[in-house]
Amino acid sequence: MDQQTITPFGLFWHKFKQRKTALVAGVFLVLLIATAILAPYVAPYDPFAIDYNLSMMPPSPEHLAGTDVYGRDILSRIIHGSRISLTVGFTSVLVGAVVGVTLGLISGFFGGILDGLIMRTSDVLFAFPGILLAIAIVAILGPGLVNVVVAVSVFSMPTFARIVRGSTLSLKESLYVRAAQSVGASRRRLMFVHILPGTLSGVIVYFTMRIGTSIITAASLSFLGLGAQPPTPEWGAMLAESRDYIGVADHMTIFPGIAIFLTVLFFNLFGDGLRAALDPKIK
Amino acid sequence: MIRFFLKRCLSMIPVLFVVSILAFAFVHLLPGDPARMMAGQDADPATIELLRQQLGLDRPLPVQYLRYIGNLCTGDLGMSLRTQIPVFDEIALRYMPTMLLAMTGMAWSVIFGVFFGAVAAIYSGKWQDYLAMFVSVSGISVPQFWLGLLLIQLFAVYLGWFPVAGYTGKASELVLPSITLGATVAAIMARFTLSAFLDVLSEEYISTARAKGVAERLVMWKHAFRNALIPVVTMIGLQFGFLLGGSVVVETVFAWPGLGRYMIEAVAVRDYPVLQALLLLYSFHFVFINLLVDMVYALINPEIRYE
Repeated sequence: MDQQTITPFGLFWHKFKQRKTALVAGVFLVLLIATAILAPYVAPYDPFAIDYNLSMMPPSPEHLAGTDVYGRDILSRIIHGSRISLTVGFTSVLVGAVVGVTLGLISGFFGGILDGLIMRTSDVLFAFPGILLAIAIVAILGPGLVNVVVAVSVFSMPTFARIVRGSTLSLKESLYVRAAQSVGASRRRLMFVHILPGTLSGVIVYFTMRIGTSIITAASLSFLGLGAQPPTPEWGAMLAESRDYIGVADHMTIFPGIAIFLTVLFFNLFGDGLRAALDPKIK
Repeated sequence: MIRFFLKRCLSMIPVLFVVSILAFAFVHLLPGDPARMMAGQDADPATIELLRQQLGLDRPLPVQYLRYIGNLCTGDLGMSLRTQIPVFDEIALRYMPTMLLAMTGMAWSVIFGVFFGAVAAIYSGKWQDYLAMFVSVSGISVPQFWLGLLLIQLFAVYLGWFPVAGYTGKASELVLPSITLGATVAAIMARFTLSAFLDVLSEEYISTARAKGVAERLVMWKHAFRNALIPVVTMIGLQFGFLLGGSVVVETVFAWPGLGRYMIEAVAVRDYPVLQALLLLYSFHFVFINLLVDMVYALINPEIRYE
């Protein structure tokens, strides 16, 4: 950035790359997403191929993470499982963000009864600890991955709504929004063209952090038998299967857990970096 | 002060009202006819009709709701479909183990969280800081059920220091589950303490203390640490609700005889009265804890009261 004009992105990048951990996490996330997309080509074995002769084999050059009770290759199952975890994590936060951001924007922009209604509803959602709300929703809708996505998005919504409402309230009074208003911009234009972009940096940071939490919640629900059902190679479900073999086949417990842990860790480190770069309060 | 407390208490009423409606509606949100669901699949129409009358499901919804609230006030939470024992008794049996687990988890997560956070702040920018924050971000990223399984593997199966699972009243049985339950909160506390500590360190009275020659150790522990703890105290309350939620997973891993595992069992066998009661109980705890936090905060920080 010598003589050139400093773009907002250039400024962001300049700050972001100072956080080495976030940079590394970003690289790993790209690799992880690539692996998930290319899973059938990357995975050494068919994740569903049963071979009782290979039941619970410890890690070896042929099976780097060993095999499970049914002789299925654990590494291949983890690789295919990354598709599920990333999809569930991303979709549920996306749905929660779209609904939450819209509600927050409406709430902050219009105020009054609408604001009260939306904010009280989010208070009620906050009154249930996240995972309990998810369990209640799954109890109503029945177990399964789609219902887990619904459940996790519902409890992501209120926080998005609050973040956006807060920044909408302050942006609404800002000079440039008033200027736009005075030259006759429509309410819709004010909301979506002028205010919304200003709220996005907070949304992006929370979005990244939330994906990690959502992946853990979804895996927990599967572990509890409420999410993905066997033989789906979902990480939480794999850990549930491993429970009966602790002390017998420890690799069954260790590897799927490492997959969840590292994925969530990278999302959190990446989110930290984004926050440092986007939040004006942090130098 | 009293006015603030009263106002804050009154503001809870609508939230509690909606929560109770949600818990009430829970049975009605279930797909299909609740009476048919509760009677079981092979029940004949006469049995279902009888059950419907017994449960009052044939009356108008507002009447049903009032009856539900009336029953709640007398401690009547209905019968467990599975055991035919009053839900109240089933919950009473499991309440203390869950609270014990949550309190122990909270206690050690505060101790470790505040310690790591303070270390990170005092050694800001040094390796101790990075290590403490690495441990903290790992604690946030680790799935509790996996941590539990690993601890069982290492400390119960291989080293044999603690029992694998279950609870019969011995303190040694409490160690692994409470560590598992508290890990995430400890990590959150560490981050929170760090930022609270750094905020305080940039205050002018810290510079003043340093300028007049107070020993650095005394500045840290007497001037900074105490003030940094104020926001941390309120955080404890907020995180307690999170801990209660986490107990669902941890109790399942450790076969802990508490409310969380009971809830999962109830979901599995579709024991709806139990689920309804547990949802209500958990959310009431959450709402009351938030109230308590606000009050403690108002006590510590007078600015809040006059808003």
